[in-house]
Amino acid sequence: MSDEEDNYPQLATYTAPQDVLDDHAEMADEEDIPDEIQDRARVKQIAARQTGYQLRRFERRDGMGEGEDESYEDRMRRVNLEREEERVRQFKEQLAKDEAAKAESEGRVIVDDDKTPPRAAAIDDDKTPPRAAIGEGAGSPPARRRRWDETEVKKEEDTNGEEPAPKKRRSRWDQMPAEGEEEAKPRKSRWDQAPEAGSSAVATSSSSAASSSDEKPSMVADKRYRAITDDELNSLLPGTNDGYAVVPVPEDYHPQAAVRKMVPATSQHAEGGFMMQDEGAAARAVTAAGGFQGSGEQTEIEGIGTLQFLKAEDAQYFAKVLGEGGGEAEDVHYSMEELKERKIMRLLLKIKNGTPPVRKTALRQITDKAREFGAGPLFDKILPLLMERSLEDQERHLLVKVIDRVLYKLDDLVRPYVHKILVVIEPLLIDEDYYARVEGREIISNLAKAAGLAHMISTMRPDIDHVDEYVRNTTARAFAVVASALGIPALLPFLKAVCRSKKSWQARHTGIRIIQQIAVTMGCAVLPHLRNLVDAIADGLQDEQQKVRTMTALALAALAEAAAPYGIESFDNVLKPLWIGIRQHRGKTLAAFLRAIGYIIPLMDPEYAGYYVRECVPILIREFQTSDEEMRRIVLQVIKQCAGTEGVTPSFIRQEILPEFFKAFWVRRMALDRRNYRQLVETTVSLAAKAGVSEIVGRITNDLKDESEPYRKMVMETITKVVTANGAADIDERMEVLLIDGVIFAFQEQTMEDNVMLDGFSAVVAALGSRVKPYLPQIVSMILWRLTNKSAKVRMLAADLTTKLAPIIKQNDEDALLSKLGIVLFEQLGEEYPDALGSIIAAEASIANVVGMTQMNPPVKDLLPRMTPILRNRHEKVQEATINLIGRIADRGAEQVAAKEWMRICFELLDLLKAHKKAIRRAAVNSFGYIAKAIGPQDVLSVLLTNLKVQERQSRVLSTVAIAIVAETCGPFTCIPAILNEYRTPELNVRNGCLKALAYVFEYVGEMSKDYIHSVVGLLEDSLTDRDHVHRQTACAIVKHLTVGVAGLGYEEALTHLLNLVWPNIFETSPHVIGGVMDAIEAMRIGLGPGVVLSYVLQGLYHPARRVREVYWRMYNTLILGAVDALVPFYPALGSAADLANGQDYTRHHLLMFV
Amino acid sequence: MSELRYTANTSLEQLHARYTGTGHADTTKYELLTNQHRDTLSSIVGHPPLLAYLSIADGECQARERFEVLERMLQPCGVPPAKTDE
Repeated sequence: MSDEEDNYPQLATYTAPQDVLDDHAEMADEEDIPDEIQDRARVKQIAARQTGYQLRRFERRDGMGEGEDESYEDRMRRVNLEREEERVRQFKEQLAKDEAAKAESEGRVIVDDDKTPPRAAAIDDDKTPPRAAIGEGAGSPPARRRRWDETEVKKEEDTNGEEPAPKKRRSRWDQMPAEGEEEAKPRKSRWDQAPEAGSSAVATSSSSAASSSDEKPSMVADKRYRAITDDELNSLLPGTNDGYAVVPVPEDYHPQAAVRKMVPATSQHAEGGFMMQDEGAAARAVTAAGGFQGSGEQTEIEGIGTLQFLKAEDAQYFAKVLGEGGGEAEDVHYSMEELKERKIMRLLLKIKNGTPPVRKTALRQITDKAREFGAGPLFDKILPLLMERSLEDQERHLLVKVIDRVLYKLDDLVRPYVHKILVVIEPLLIDEDYYARVEGREIISNLAKAAGLAHMISTMRPDIDHVDEYVRNTTARAFAVVASALGIPALLPFLKAVCRSKKSWQARHTGIRIIQQIAVTMGCAVLPHLRNLVDAIADGLQDEQQKVRTMTALALAALAEAAAPYGIESFDNVLKPLWIGIRQHRGKTLAAFLRAIGYIIPLMDPEYAGYYVRECVPILIREFQTSDEEMRRIVLQVIKQCAGTEGVTPSFIRQEILPEFFKAFWVRRMALDRRNYRQLVETTVSLAAKAGVSEIVGRITNDLKDESEPYRKMVMETITKVVTANGAADIDERMEVLLIDGVIFAFQEQTMEDNVMLDGFSAVVAALGSRVKPYLPQIVSMILWRLTNKSAKVRMLAADLTTKLAPIIKQNDEDALLSKLGIVLFEQLGEEYPDALGSIIAAEASIANVVGMTQMNPPVKDLLPRMTPILRNRHEKVQEATINLIGRIADRGAEQVAAKEWMRICFELLDLLKAHKKAIRRAAVNSFGYIAKAIGPQDVLSVLLTNLKVQERQSRVLSTVAIAIVAETCGPFTCIPAILNEYRTPELNVRNGCLKALAYVFEYVGEMSKDYIHSVVGLLEDSLTDRDHVHRQTACAIVKHLTVGVAGLGYEEALTHLLNLVWPNIFETSPHVIGGVMDAIEAMRIGLGPGVVLSYVLQGLYHPARRVREVYWRMYNTLILGAVDALVPFYPALGSAADLANGQDYTRHHLLMFV
Repeated sequence: MSELRYTANTSLEQLHARYTGTGHADTTKYELLTNQHRDTLSSIVGHPPLLAYLSIADGECQARERFEVLERMLQPCGVPPAKTDE
């Protein structure tokens, strides 16, 4: 490449080289033009943002297709076969590689692109992308690699149709035989079969592709979609002369179309882009649905209901129930089984794509009918949907929910499908989304409970030594979930056996990984079984396979972490091998061993821990030098844990660890990687806790003036944490000067947008306390200077720093400095950048806080009028800071400002009630209370009551809250008359607002309501008999608070009256209304006593109408829950001679006894 | 069950599992009263002065009275009535 570059002539203008342009044009022709809209739509798809490793779920060939799981025997046989295949393949690749190496050494030109990753790396490292990806990468330059998964569907279409072959070069890897395809029939290995029936994955295209493959080379690069050619088969299989014959395909055999394969290639690009017309059922369905609706618009589909969207893939998948012949009216033509299928599909479509109400009823139906439908038909429909490539988060969530509900109903009927479900659900366990992982765990644990341990083990056993690392990994995680669902003891014998498997190292590896995952998922719940678990994996430390040793060490680390701080005795057996191990091993294994040691040491007794740490440290120090980032982090982690243990002495750390530690780790490079950064800070902080503040801070203070900002930041963060945790008493005068100097430098030079420097500054100054006094003038003048800087960010930071420093300046009695700052900040209130303005106001508020309203300079009477116009600022930060300052002034120094000014602010505050941020709204509401207290409630109240007339609900609600607060601060007698008067306004909103305000008032004033209960009974009579049910609901809320407030104060007559008014509402159906009514009745239990309420409830417990009984029993249950003991004297005496004759004695004789 | 199942009584099963003595629209008289008797008996055991009073009335020591009250909780109202087909 480099000599080509030299050949280019030097040009005066710069543009892309012609061949690059050609290349791009060619690419655009060849593949689909990358479409921005399409890219954006794809972000929602789960598959689009998953890593290559996670996408390997699409490569699983087992457990696909319809029908029940294969038998255990078949699966074991197949897994063994696959393993053998893999071995042969690796062997062949090794041979080819050797050959290539030989050829190279002889100086021949190698045809293959030399950008191919080295084969050894591809095989050895389990984490590499699937082989198909590598094969693809080998054939095309790396720049195009990104497009790999986009082109895939296109390729698959190539197999479908008879299109001419694209001009792509075939790489050697493409010719590799496809592997792991599923047999159509059990007990027959695929070698016995005719190529046509060979695999379900290519079933739709197998006849055309396989037979015509002689003339044209197969163009499908993805091995999963490619048929094996006859040539390949002939070379692989014994021929006719060996006594074998090719059997014709049975006539009644129809390959099962895998759903994913049915999606036309164009469909992925259908989102808003150009689309080819096709005449299939799917197209009709789409037409029927009114076109593709990527998002947003809802579609009404006959027989289905309202859908939120309909994707091309859905139209394809649900073609049977969409479009012509899909309606329920057509159902008469179908058999029972087909009907079931159609019903299930309809329900699934409703659940997946429907609007919430549609979805809800469909979900309920599918749950209720789960046993009727049967496990087979249900999972045959649900599981393929989950494997859809275009699946989005929401759809996945809903489908998983369906599985969960259905599982619960099917119970042990689910057994034949356990493996199928696992194949689909296991990938959720390694999803990046926390909730997906939780959902996956939930399903698997329910599955385990439904299917039983024996079945789970026999189902997952074949996957334990599966050839694919991905399958083993997910299986291990699933097993851990099973263990947590069914208990570790149940699984323990199996785990022991697996961990000692002689047959394959993969099984041992997976077994140990299961135990690691158990430790991770179950945490301290492993403690009772710790010894058993450790013993099960102990032998793994001396395994001949390096990967097994590594995994064992990792599992031990996880167990020790989960068990901390207990359980050291369980690790006795493994200490020695670990110990020998860290001396023998290098690289990854050593890292894992060190990790295990690092987690075990904190569990030990102090003297042992000290001994082990001393022994361990030379190795750690040796590894300080390593260039492996992972190893460096582990070493840091171990050092951190060692430093935290009791048995390690400060002098040991100072002498043995610190010098090397600082030399190796406190370098600029460490600040660049996020994880290194965090680990280093943590470790240094824990070292400081042991070795002392001055030891650490002394070594890094000078680095505060380093020229690299990330490094400065790391230093600052460390100093902050060290000083906050341990104080600054340790720091001597010289270092104090250096520290302040460094902190000021770092603050001034800051360009990054975060709070590290700011927090660091205030932490250091706060820690130094009174010792900072000599430096304050310098610091304040720095702030003053920076407050007038031309960069808004600098001004903002300076103001923020003022906020933090104000308490400390006050503490050092530098009031003059504060008033100077106050004045300058006041002058800066004209600031135009909202972020900076917000900070300035906050700083002013913080100064006002510490000096008090009376001493404040500028005086409050000047400051407040200046704030009034700023209240109109729409920026949240400004609003919050302003409202806080105003609230503070209203609270502490309201008398210094004229009442007129306060009224003006009241009006402005009404606008803030609409703010998005809750803190602002709360501050605004509280301010009303303060202002009302300062200037008397009348004016404020009238403002608020008038505001009840506005349209916005939020504003009205908050006004009612504010009214209640005013009532609380100024006494209810100031407000209740006004509210009662306002209630007479013939306007629904106002009346409702009044009721709400009253509810809040009674909630806030509590016992004080006893003086007002008779005054509001009239209003409640009116509102509880209103036609509007919201009215009654709110009235019930008033009754509730009122009742609880006056309970035990002797107002039973009024409460009984109110209960009689509330009672007729018990049959309301709207959830909020009935909730309010029930609350009021429950409050009556407190106010009137449970006996009275019981006498009401008894009337309806055995009402002939079930609808009535249900309500009454609900109330009875609430009574029982709340006051069962108090009810005893009130139970009715129901003993009767008839019952006695029948054998039941209902008389409570104990209550009739007397002395 | 009626539509209340989806609003008010969504977690009725859980409620019954967690708290004995709660009922539903199909609770029989026998079940209701058995629970009331048990409530009464446990209330007696839970209020030692009441228990003392009853033991005096019965002429038993308190421990025996307490034991008998607890024993009585097993089937406080006698055997359940025979099931009738409805």
